[in-house]
Amino acid sequence: MKRRDFLKIAGAAAAAAALPACGGKNTSAPVEEEEKMVLRENPNNGDMVSLLGFGCMRWPMIEKDGTRVIDQEAVNEMVDYALAHGVNYFDTSPAYLMGQSEKAAGDALSRHPRESYYIATKLSNFGDRSKEASIRMYHDSMKQLRTDYFDYYLLHAIGRGGSRAFFDRYVENGMMDFLLAEKAAGRIRNLGFSFHGSQSEFDYFMELHDSGQYHWDFCQIEMNYVDWTHADGVRNCNANHLYAELEKRNIPIVIMEPLLGGRLANVPAEIARQMKEREPDKSIASWAFRFCGTYPGVLCTLSGMTNMEPLKDNLDTFGHFKPLTEEELDFLERMATQMKEYPLVNCTDCKYCMPCPWGLDIPGTFQHYNKAITEGTYAQNKQQRHYHKLKNQYLMSYDKAVPSLRQADRCISCGECLSHCPQSIAIPRELQRIARYVDDLRENRL
Amino acid sequence: MLKKIRVALAVIFWVGITLLFLDFTGVLHNYLGWMAKVQFLPAVLAVNVGVIVALALLTLIFGRVYCSVICPLGVFQDGISHIGTRGKKAPYKYKKEIKWLRYGVWAVFVVLFVLGVQAAVALLAPYSAYGRIVQNLFQPLYIWGNNALAWFTERIGTYTFYPQEVWIRSVPTFIIAVVTLVVIVVLSFKGGRTYCNSICPVGTTLSFLSRFSAFRPVIDTKKCKHCKACEHKCKAQCISISKDEQKIDYSRCVDCFNCIDSCKEGALKYRFAWGSAGKTPENPSAGSKNDVTDGKSAQNPSAEGRRAFIAGTAVMAGTLAAKKASAQGKKTDGGLADILPKQAPERETPLTPPGSVSVKDFYRRCTACQLCVAECPNKVLRPSTDLEHIMQPEMSYEKGYCKADCTRCSEVCPTGAIRKITAEEKTQYHIGTAHVNRDLCVTETGTNCGKCARMCPTGAILMVENGDLGNMRPTVNEEVCIGCGACEQYCPARPISAITVNGKEVHV
Repeated sequence: MKRRDFLKIAGAAAAAAALPACGGKNTSAPVEEEEKMVLRENPNNGDMVSLLGFGCMRWPMIEKDGTRVIDQEAVNEMVDYALAHGVNYFDTSPAYLMGQSEKAAGDALSRHPRESYYIATKLSNFGDRSKEASIRMYHDSMKQLRTDYFDYYLLHAIGRGGSRAFFDRYVENGMMDFLLAEKAAGRIRNLGFSFHGSQSEFDYFMELHDSGQYHWDFCQIEMNYVDWTHADGVRNCNANHLYAELEKRNIPIVIMEPLLGGRLANVPAEIARQMKEREPDKSIASWAFRFCGTYPGVLCTLSGMTNMEPLKDNLDTFGHFKPLTEEELDFLERMATQMKEYPLVNCTDCKYCMPCPWGLDIPGTFQHYNKAITEGTYAQNKQQRHYHKLKNQYLMSYDKAVPSLRQADRCISCGECLSHCPQSIAIPRELQRIARYVDDLRENRL
Repeated sequence: MLKKIRVALAVIFWVGITLLFLDFTGVLHNYLGWMAKVQFLPAVLAVNVGVIVALALLTLIFGRVYCSVICPLGVFQDGISHIGTRGKKAPYKYKKEIKWLRYGVWAVFVVLFVLGVQAAVALLAPYSAYGRIVQNLFQPLYIWGNNALAWFTERIGTYTFYPQEVWIRSVPTFIIAVVTLVVIVVLSFKGGRTYCNSICPVGTTLSFLSRFSAFRPVIDTKKCKHCKACEHKCKAQCISISKDEQKIDYSRCVDCFNCIDSCKEGALKYRFAWGSAGKTPENPSAGSKNDVTDGKSAQNPSAEGRRAFIAGTAVMAGTLAAKKASAQGKKTDGGLADILPKQAPERETPLTPPGSVSVKDFYRRCTACQLCVAECPNKVLRPSTDLEHIMQPEMSYEKGYCKADCTRCSEVCPTGAIRKITAEEKTQYHIGTAHVNRDLCVTETGTNCGKCARMCPTGAILMVENGDLGNMRPTVNEEVCIGCGACEQYCPARPISAITVNGKEVHV
């Protein structure tokens, strides 16, 4: 690299790093500007973390010997590319992708120097909560990820059920003591939690922090321009509250679901039109990522990238990062309000509800339904223009996306999935709603 | 001219009936349903006196035009023999009537018919045989064609067609259909109407009348030059021409009029013949050399039955391993639990379609033509594999259930085995009664379910406290249950549902 190039990159990096601090100012950078990943400093230990983190929950799966396995080749390619372009935070869990995510991450990352990336994983003790099983899970994570320390370690999905659930999973079985000892020994560099729940449940965890009972080094929350003030129902907390509480305490924030499982990348046509009017050359998803990066308390924004396409798009967004202006934030708020008018299911395709013991494909059904609504290919009634076409299109694509025995009408409402959903979706009720819609469609009753 | 009219009418009937069996949309039977109802055997089974008398008079006046125009199997054979004899100048020659076979089969048929052994009747009856062939072999092709169009219209974004599932409803019946088709094609390819004149019991029945028909092709012996052109064109192989004798066997003549067009001398006329010469039924002269070789046509009808019996033992085995979704201790996300295919439960009494009077009456009247099976949009009707009722339909709920507003099978049945009912009448019709097998019910493991109760259209399933388990379990209010099978179809217990429907001996 020539000296001049180096200076140019360094200059751009400095500018990009400085931008988040000055919040509202709109700087129109030249298009040809060199790509340089924004790094954010963890105030606790000086870690320089890339503002774009790699979520390891949505990697591509392929069929191999009759089972679904991660496409390791594709993962390696993406991980190499991401590292080469400055992404250095990788977030996984023992539960992801039928338990295959950690190993795939380990396989891909161990081909690079350990100090060139940060590993985040979780204690996902949703099944057996005993100390033995939990510790086994902890050590297994190390083995899978081929490391002897974790940069970021999370209590996975706490909040729902408040103190009771927290004590049950982490305190009474002695796991908090164990993890704190591991932290003292240096094998956990940052201990935090990922949160799904209501405002009061969140406040409880902040009280624990304030009272000094447990210190949180960081926190992972669901944040995006819809959840900012439009979180679904009373069981979910608005992200603006979560953010304010964490920023107040100077706790670094890692963002999950910046795209709501892709729903903010594929928005209803009318909303997409308004976004394209403003930024014709930028992807719809870039708005959601810029929203997250605009807030200076955010250390890292996770994106579960399935292939090179979103990875490159995100690298473009974070490599030429432009924070949103006040006016643009208002615009996104209006878009969020408009989006709430569509009868979408609040599913982010995280697959925590799976496998359904009765074989249903719950996220598949929701994704298909949402897609039809978002794309405006949703048959409403016989008076509608192109009703026959839309009807056949919906039913045919439904059968293709979800085999008939795994469709909504097969739900027996056993409620097994309810406790697993981080979004607190009333899954059986939503499935019933879709089943009724499909039946009306099939029987021409709409 | 006469031939052209005959061919035109035959094509109309044949296309109409074939479409009736191919159609899965439920539209065509409104226009074409009558074509099945004027078939001879269905009319007899339906005791449709009007049709029987009309067909008898038709035959008595015009001869066996039924066989040439109305019978789809007859027209189908004409098509095959047309292909088989193309380009040949003298494809046929006179053959002697195979009396022992013709009347033997007829006698056996009548006895079995009276005794109510419908499986054997269905095997021989021409309309049933044709329906079986079309439903089993041609309807899948038709649906695949539709599916190809659906694929295409999906690509171009118009979504005009909607794909349908193709499935073999019963292996034995499928095999019988294949055998029937092969036999018919082999017999007719070079042999013309061999089947119709040596096996077909309807043909034999009509032959008793056609011998005396008022109009018939008559040879003017004065004009006849014994060129044998007519004999060579007769696919019924019933014209015998020699110098000494020129005769037509009117018991076998199907009035196709091929002979009339073939005669260059104008010696053959289709005319009113009562009271004139040529009335005598043919009795081939002993001296005739070029006649019967009966090896080919001496096929044994019971061979097919035996094949079917062997095939009946074939069982589709679902061998998917039932893996329990939750791995020990560690709960991971994603993946799909296996779903075992449903298997039919043992039913003490078979399920007969809504509209049938009783099980006995249904199987007594049904000619196993497969029209209702071809029509059923809910994947409920399929041919029985039970030897006693083989090929005759029965209901089962592995792939669907009998929907409340659907009466399509009752609308198409030509024999009265399924009487025509309205959607209102159907709501009062008890197909059978559901009962719960607690050993299989998922509520017995403490799971909350009640799917059967939610799917039941009549509210016949009552959820009650399930003892110490603290959940609710289903019970059936037998008086309200109509046996539609929604509960059985949607029951999560697999492969055998925990709630199953048993048929009723007497419905009305």
